[in-house]
Amino acid sequence: MSGEQRFKYVGTRPIRHDGLDKVTGRANYGADFTLPGLLHGHIVRSPHAHARILAIDTSAAAGMPGVMAVITGDDIPKTTARLMMGEGGFDLGDMGDNLLAHDKVLYQGHAVAAVAATSPELARAAAEAVAVHYEVLTPVMTIDQALAAGAPILHDGLTTKGQPAAGVPTSPTNVAMRMELKRGDVDKGFAESDIVVERTFTTPMVHQGYIEPHACVARHGEDGQIVVWTSTQGHFNVRDCSAGILGIDAAKIKVIPSEIGGGFGGKIPVYLEPVAIALSRKAHRPVKLVMSREDVFRASGPTSGTKVRMKLGAKQDGTLVAASASLYYEAGAYKGSPAGAGAMCAIAAYRIPNFFIEAYDIVVNRPKVAAYRAPGSPSSTFATESLIDEIARRLNMDALDLRLKNAATEGDQAPYGPKFGPIGLREVLAAAKAHPHWTAPLGANQGRGVAVGFWFNAGMNSSATVSVNTDGSATVVAGNPDIGGTRVAQALMVSEELGVPVERVRPSVADTDSIGFSDLTGGSRVCYATGMAVIEAARDAREQLKARAAKMWGTDAAHVGWDDGTAIPLNGAGDRTPLTVNEIAAKLAHTGGPVIGRATVNPPMAGPGFGLNICDLEVDKETGVSRVVRYTCIQDVGKAIHPSYVEGQMQGGASQGIGWALNEEYIYDREGHLENPGFLDYRMPVASDLPMIDTVLVEVPNPLHPYGVRGVGEVPIVPPLAAVANAMRDATGVRFTDLPLSPPRVLEALATD
Amino acid sequence: MPKLHVQTSVNGDTLDFLCEPAETLLDVLRNRLNLTGSKEGCATGDCGACSVLLNDRLVASCLVLAAEVDDQRVLTVEGVARGDALHPVQQQLLEHAGLQCGICTPGIVVAAKSLLDHNPNPTETEVRFWLAGNLCRCTGYDKIIRAVLDAAATMRDDRSRVSA
Amino acid sequence: MQTTRYEAPATVADAVRLIQADPDARLFAGGTDLLVQYRMGVHRPSAFIDLKRIPELVGIAVDARGLRLGAATAAAVITEHREVSRLWPGLVEAVHLVGSTQIQGRGTIGGNLCNGSPAADTTAPLIVNRARCVIVGPEGERIVNAEDFVIAPGATVLQRGEMLVAVLIPRPAGRTADAYLRLIPRSEMDIAVAGAAVSVTLDAAGVCTAARVAIAAVAPRPLLVPDAAQALIGSTLDDESLRRAAAAASAAATPIDDKRGTVAYRRQVVGVLTRRAASMAGARAGAQK
Ligand SMILES: Cc1cc2nc3c(=O)[nH]c(=O)nc-3n(C[C@H](O)[C@H](O)[C@H](O)COP(=O)(O)OP(=O)(O)OC[C@H]3O[C@@H](n4cnc5c(N)ncnc54)[C@H](O)[C@@H]3O)c2cc1C
Ligand code: FES
Ligand code: FES
Repeated sequence: MSGEQRFKYVGTRPIRHDGLDKVTGRANYGADFTLPGLLHGHIVRSPHAHARILAIDTSAAAGMPGVMAVITGDDIPKTTARLMMGEGGFDLGDMGDNLLAHDKVLYQGHAVAAVAATSPELARAAAEAVAVHYEVLTPVMTIDQALAAGAPILHDGLTTKGQPAAGVPTSPTNVAMRMELKRGDVDKGFAESDIVVERTFTTPMVHQGYIEPHACVARHGEDGQIVVWTSTQGHFNVRDCSAGILGIDAAKIKVIPSEIGGGFGGKIPVYLEPVAIALSRKAHRPVKLVMSREDVFRASGPTSGTKVRMKLGAKQDGTLVAASASLYYEAGAYKGSPAGAGAMCAIAAYRIPNFFIEAYDIVVNRPKVAAYRAPGSPSSTFATESLIDEIARRLNMDALDLRLKNAATEGDQAPYGPKFGPIGLREVLAAAKAHPHWTAPLGANQGRGVAVGFWFNAGMNSSATVSVNTDGSATVVAGNPDIGGTRVAQALMVSEELGVPVERVRPSVADTDSIGFSDLTGGSRVCYATGMAVIEAARDAREQLKARAAKMWGTDAAHVGWDDGTAIPLNGAGDRTPLTVNEIAAKLAHTGGPVIGRATVNPPMAGPGFGLNICDLEVDKETGVSRVVRYTCIQDVGKAIHPSYVEGQMQGGASQGIGWALNEEYIYDREGHLENPGFLDYRMPVASDLPMIDTVLVEVPNPLHPYGVRGVGEVPIVPPLAAVANAMRDATGVRFTDLPLSPPRVLEALATD
Repeated sequence: MPKLHVQTSVNGDTLDFLCEPAETLLDVLRNRLNLTGSKEGCATGDCGACSVLLNDRLVASCLVLAAEVDDQRVLTVEGVARGDALHPVQQQLLEHAGLQCGICTPGIVVAAKSLLDHNPNPTETEVRFWLAGNLCRCTGYDKIIRAVLDAAATMRDDRSRVSA
Repeated sequence: MQTTRYEAPATVADAVRLIQADPDARLFAGGTDLLVQYRMGVHRPSAFIDLKRIPELVGIAVDARGLRLGAATAAAVITEHREVSRLWPGLVEAVHLVGSTQIQGRGTIGGNLCNGSPAADTTAPLIVNRARCVIVGPEGERIVNAEDFVIAPGATVLQRGEMLVAVLIPRPAGRTADAYLRLIPRSEMDIAVAGAAVSVTLDAAGVCTAARVAIAAVAPRPLLVPDAAQALIGSTLDDESLRRAAAAASAAATPIDDKRGTVAYRRQVVGVLTRRAASMAGARAGAQK
């Protein structure tokens, strides 16, 4: 598809259809739903990070007035089932064990029992009355502890999958997976390098920090029919995970998604829904479960803390010749960190002929990690982009020129295998060079850093229908929860195809009964893959409208063309008056009945995305406190359907990355108790911490999508870690390799420098 | 323990409710009065999603006891628009795409309205510090701040038009 | 199960009677500490005794002798008061730092003091401004200096049945001003990692004739540091005396390591804050006629 496409609606900035409800407080989120006879659930959570469950006595709780059900791990079947999704999938056995522990608790906050009662207070009191007897075990809190000889083992049955390292026991172990990526001869590459830089980097475990806690309501009917109302990134995923874990047919469960108050990957797994179903089944009444903020921090899925040892070699002229890296990613309580993705992204921005990268997935007594925006990429990219900065300094080269010299481009083979199609990294770098920020003078105690970032983006399955109403307005229905403006983008696509003004298109997110299967809102795939389904469905509807026009004209459909909402006669149709959508729509009942366009898609690939950030940081060298004073995000977005929401993705991702770089972290004591399970001490950026965040949208069309769309939601969080740290290096002369750059850490480094 | 009977004004309506003595205003608004526009992001005063005005003062309703509002005046997000006229803050948030998931939006609307009631001509820095208790994880604040500044400007324009 | 009562007495005497009768009842001002602690299960009081309907506890009075702040006066009411901001800019800065706009709409000066946190932002400025705390209990009224009010983390001089009614601050002498600075990693919404309040009086020649320095979040309670004040008195707040004041503040600090900061960091930074607050206070005092 060429970049010359012209659009009428795509690229404009209409007000989103769901906006009014959101600014007036009418929109319903996960915790807003209620039903007659609703019971309130409460989850009993482990106070220990690592312990064997010896016994659970629920009798006192079950006997309390108002308590209608008490369940434990015994009510969640142990399963070996997996749920496939894209390349990967979910181990439903682990997921079920995470819902309610069966034998061991693996982190502080791990659920062990749940109660349902007639009020939240009664439920809380009953939860306190559940007596759990534990044999407390030594917790494994860090990568080093997990790898140490003689380390306590979290899972007796765990073996190292993938490409285990030679000579290391693969069972029992805390190393769930090891993988390698290699090309060329890395030793030779380093030997040929004029300079070699090598360091070890660490990033802390951090949370997505969505403002809405997890919440759901489940109703289990006596006939086994189940309805779940929930805030999720993927209601089909909730359905299929719940069905798989509970061992029931997916057709028995209907999941109705609420509006969702942020997810960033964290609302992909199920934490509550199967538990609410099991409680409702036992209580014969609907049950609501809502996490507290503390529960969210302790027991939903943050992203991995990581340790990355990396080495880069370059020629005097800046040509990169070799890279090697060892990546260690915490998976939390169960296998499945994004270490592999971290490895695949680490050097994806550059052509490096010789590399060797190994990645380890390591279980520790922390909550099981979940996806967080470009999972795996920010941590490994932090290492790469810090070392690239160091090479530029050592060679006295401009940081952008060095990157341009080595930047991957169309036709290059990505480190993870396939050849890149058209990608916009060079265009992004060129836009950075041209941006006034790059050459603006810095103030006292300020430094500037730059970094790039890469993410694959995902394709996967989506469904959509487009109905044309008899008045010529249209309805588009898809199956992806809208976390940040995807509905308005879908409406714009329908407008573009049908020529119906965007305010006459109603976009909506349907439940699992009302639309075909759709993979979750994640992988930056909604505008891309679901967008593709919407466009195809709209085109399907358009073809049907053309056929109706043909019928009205008494000609063949092949003689009908389409131009901006109007059927026009082509050669062979004679001298007909063009028919507008409204005119065709008004006659639908007489020309064959309703028009519904439909499409399902499953693109195996998506167009990868690159972004770049420029950060100016001001550092108080007497206290170590730093502030971001200027920030610019530049990204290849393929084609921006609604530019405001694309900019918003970039600004939001950047601010999350800035928080990760500067202050956010999970702080555990030695026993494995989380010390900062609240916003006050977790320290996400507040409005006064940040400047305006400038955005530049570079549009290198993605040939895999009819409009050229690329996923845009995840790339933005990849560059900030290194952009901030490189700015800190520029401001202070110190290379920081451990995040966050909190004031005590900065001051200490400045003192010893 | 008998429930307390509270009579109060919410969004201009005089109404009664029964509540537990330790129940928060947020819980009563959401669970007893069906005013679910105020959101719970933390229940400990840290996120601002539950912001309401209590006698014209911006507060976190999760840190107010419902019993306290007897005889007082409460304004929630549901009461900010007048009929079909959105408050300029609401309108500008829509125009600027100052919301993504929208869970923080009710709190932002109430807090920003309160700012503009106090200070019709705030600087960017003043807006940022006034809203520092309203966490937004989606937007990076940029578009929210611009929306509030533009809302202030439209309100000033309207006022000068009226006085002219 | 929760059986907490809610009471809203109209007089100090009624409030005193209620808390004397029931030691598990808690006085409730803005609730911004109390309700968070309640939510976290730190305590389960038998009753919340709301103080905001007692007229004596709410409001600000400034006269020739000085300032009276009702204990249950919300932070936002104080920061909006022009005269108080003019006379005690450091104290008002501290009040303005407490939490967010929402927290300031509720949190009170008395609650900040009575909560007894070592990191409370307003206690150190009250100390340097020679605030006196008016306490009423079953035995009547007594007055305690602000520096003696908090005795340990979470503990104050208040005895069973006693409550804080007001704080009194003498009107500052001529060419006297205060300043308060705290360190937090973010720009807002954080509990102080370290804090320093300084009040100085200058003579016509710019020589410091009186000074008080108090530090926060670096000791079990907000601490008056006479040595730091001594370093300033007699000087023109030159670099050397500021440096000595900073050193004295660091030396007086006995911080702990916790999730908010390390011992070494807090000790060092409290000196930096003391130095900066002293020069800010000096500049303000010097600007007066
Ligand atoms: C999000 C958030 C941010 C915060 N940020 C800060 C900050 O930056 N700096 C800071 O210092 N604090 C901060 N706090 C803590 C709190 O807001 C302040 O300490 C506030 O001043 C407490 O006042 P209050 O009226 O709400 O106290 P309450 O919660 O009502 O009471 C606190 C304690 O004092 C007792 N008490 C109250 N009044 C009296 C009285 N008159 N006599 C005797 N005892 C009394 C109560 O029984 C209770 O034990 C923050 C709190 C939150 C939730
Ligand atoms: S819910 Fe009240 S401030 Fe977060
Ligand atoms: S829009 Fe999602 S938190 Fe603000």
